[in-house]
Amino acid sequence: MTDAKNVPMLEIENLHASIEDTEILKGVNLTVNQGEIHAIMGPNGSGKSTLANVLAGNPEYEVTEGSIRFFGEDILELEPDERAQLGIFLAFQYPTVIPGVSMANFLRMAVKNVRNARAEKSEGSVKPFTPREFRRLMKEKMELLKMDASFATRYLNEGFSGGEKKRAEILQLALLEPSLAVLDETDSGLDIDALRVVSEGVNNLASDEMGILLITHYQRLLDYIKPNYVHIMIQGRIVQEGGPELAIELESKGYEKLLEEYAQPA
Amino acid sequence: MVATPKPQQIDLGEYKYGFRDEEDYVFKSGRGLTRETVEEISAMKGEPDWMLEYRLKSLEHFQKRPMPNWGAEELAELDFDDIFYYIRPSEKMGKTWDEVPAYIKDTFEKLGIPEAERKFLAGVGAQYESEVIYHSLREDLEAQGVVFLDMDGALREYPDLVKQYFGTIIPYADNKFAALNSAVWSGGSFIYVPEGVKVEVPLQAYFRINAENMGQFERTLIICAPGSYVHYVEGCTAPTYSTNSLHSAVVEIIVQEGARCRYTTIQNWSKNVYNLVTKRAAAYKDATMEWVDGNLGSKVTMKYPAVWLMEPGARGEVLSVAFSGDGQHQDAGAKMVHVAPHTSSQITSKSISKGNGRSSYRGLVKVHKGAYDVKSNVDCDALLLDETSKTDTYPYMEIEEERVSIGHEARVSKVADEQIFYLMSRGLSETEAMSMIVNGFIEPIAKELPLEYAVELNRLIQLEMEGSVG
Repeated sequence: MTDAKNVPMLEIENLHASIEDTEILKGVNLTVNQGEIHAIMGPNGSGKSTLANVLAGNPEYEVTEGSIRFFGEDILELEPDERAQLGIFLAFQYPTVIPGVSMANFLRMAVKNVRNARAEKSEGSVKPFTPREFRRLMKEKMELLKMDASFATRYLNEGFSGGEKKRAEILQLALLEPSLAVLDETDSGLDIDALRVVSEGVNNLASDEMGILLITHYQRLLDYIKPNYVHIMIQGRIVQEGGPELAIELESKGYEKLLEEYAQPA
Repeated sequence: MVATPKPQQIDLGEYKYGFRDEEDYVFKSGRGLTRETVEEISAMKGEPDWMLEYRLKSLEHFQKRPMPNWGAEELAELDFDDIFYYIRPSEKMGKTWDEVPAYIKDTFEKLGIPEAERKFLAGVGAQYESEVIYHSLREDLEAQGVVFLDMDGALREYPDLVKQYFGTIIPYADNKFAALNSAVWSGGSFIYVPEGVKVEVPLQAYFRINAENMGQFERTLIICAPGSYVHYVEGCTAPTYSTNSLHSAVVEIIVQEGARCRYTTIQNWSKNVYNLVTKRAAAYKDATMEWVDGNLGSKVTMKYPAVWLMEPGARGEVLSVAFSGDGQHQDAGAKMVHVAPHTSSQITSKSISKGNGRSSYRGLVKVHKGAYDVKSNVDCDALLLDETSKTDTYPYMEIEEERVSIGHEARVSKVADEQIFYLMSRGLSETEAMSMIVNGFIEPIAKELPLEYAVELNRLIQLEMEGSVG
């Protein structure tokens, strides 16, 4: 990782991916560096969530062409846990329920695995957390996200409201400290107060070390988390790229015009 | 089974308790079961005549009674002529571990029993083959009149009490294996908790089989006098052999007015043991009986802890967890028999199956005529870890009264791919993800256990999960 400065953090080239033999991604190119915030916007079904899942290594999707490099390393053959240990994090649009597993137990194991992997690689500059450090860190991050202490003993996502689920995802992000955070529709299902808390959480975590990929349908989230770059995805391709102004333009125009312009015959 | 080795010492993916000791026994019967075997056992123990007669009647019944034609098909492979019915490992029972033969003491050290005794138990009985070789009870409990002995010791020291209750809850003719146990029983625990005495710290028995083709037949009798409380825990393991061993216990419990008894089992036999056990409690006025039954090991287990609710206000509960891996059939469940009105029962069963393992829930809820205002609820959850494992549910209901409230729910679920992906995306390996999901599945039962046993249960399940991901 010492020469990481010379290569982009995330470099996606001509990525094609399918689910059950239906091609969803049809040649995506995208580069994200540490410290940058990128937004990927697009209508439903454009392939945004597929891109997020493929980055995290969801085995339901098959990559048929192209490459994903993370700090120069080809990660396509890596399992989801190996990617997590390298520093890739996906905040899920629909976090799944794991009955009977408390947040605290789950987080302890996740943080231990990811932190240990990083400690091993760092040759001494990063140390595994002691149980006491972990507890203190969890408490601190939960307070930051305005989460009640009782959250730690609740079962993972079981009976969580929409807002609680998203907050729990950001808590995981905060504790795992990835290099790349992919936030898949983190704004969906949030009321305005929850959106503010979650966004503040993300903004607090944003650093020169972390790159963020915001996946969203609406411009609303971008009022809270300011992207450096905006990419518009239609039918499995990125069709327009620009700065924050592109999102505002899109909001006023809507997706329909773009769809007409870029739609491919099926 | 309360061993708490450091994680790096765990031999992952293997049955950890499969080691065996060289045999160095005072007495070992021949293979097979005859009248002479029974007479020999009774004579060696110097028993009163009534017990010998009881044994012989039981033997006669065992020999007449056909094998059950239900439960596990593997019963047909069990050859009673191959089994050794009695092994006496040492001359006397130790009151301290130093009085126990060194190699047996070493074995129990490996199983973590003396350590657990020092840390969190009020009394321990350790049975090796047919005899209890060590027994202890905290002095303050002894002073309060609590009796915790091996069954043979109780027959010598409290003959009247034993005679009064022995075989009254489970008569020898109850089933073929109860008859077998009644004929050749040896060892097991006897507990008497006097009126109003609450034993707040668990008493534990540990059963260890060592010899190949061993048959272990411990006999346990627990009497909770009015208003008393006890939590009894049993654990068990055996070496792994390619041939069959047999464990067939009988456990009888009497819970008198307002008393409460909790009986926790963490069964972890090696995968060549037939575990065919009859367990039953009678709960009287306002009494509570709770069975917490964890079945992890064995080749075949057929076990249905029962509560007979004899008087108004009696409450029965069974929490059952079964794990069936390759080559295992867990046929486990519970029975609740409502004899009296105003009684209630709850059965919660959770099973996990993987590979070609098979878990069955088999249970009975019976409400006698006249037992009105009865509440009973049965909740069965089965988790399949792959496409090859199997699960079945056999919920029998015999309801002879109309003014009752009976609930039954059964669910079968599979581990969802999205759950595995979610956990893996947080840095957990596939095996860790699977273990976490399974531990979560049994959490409602694990949280009912004292911490040490909950940790042990989770750890044992984790060991079973190793190598389960293809």
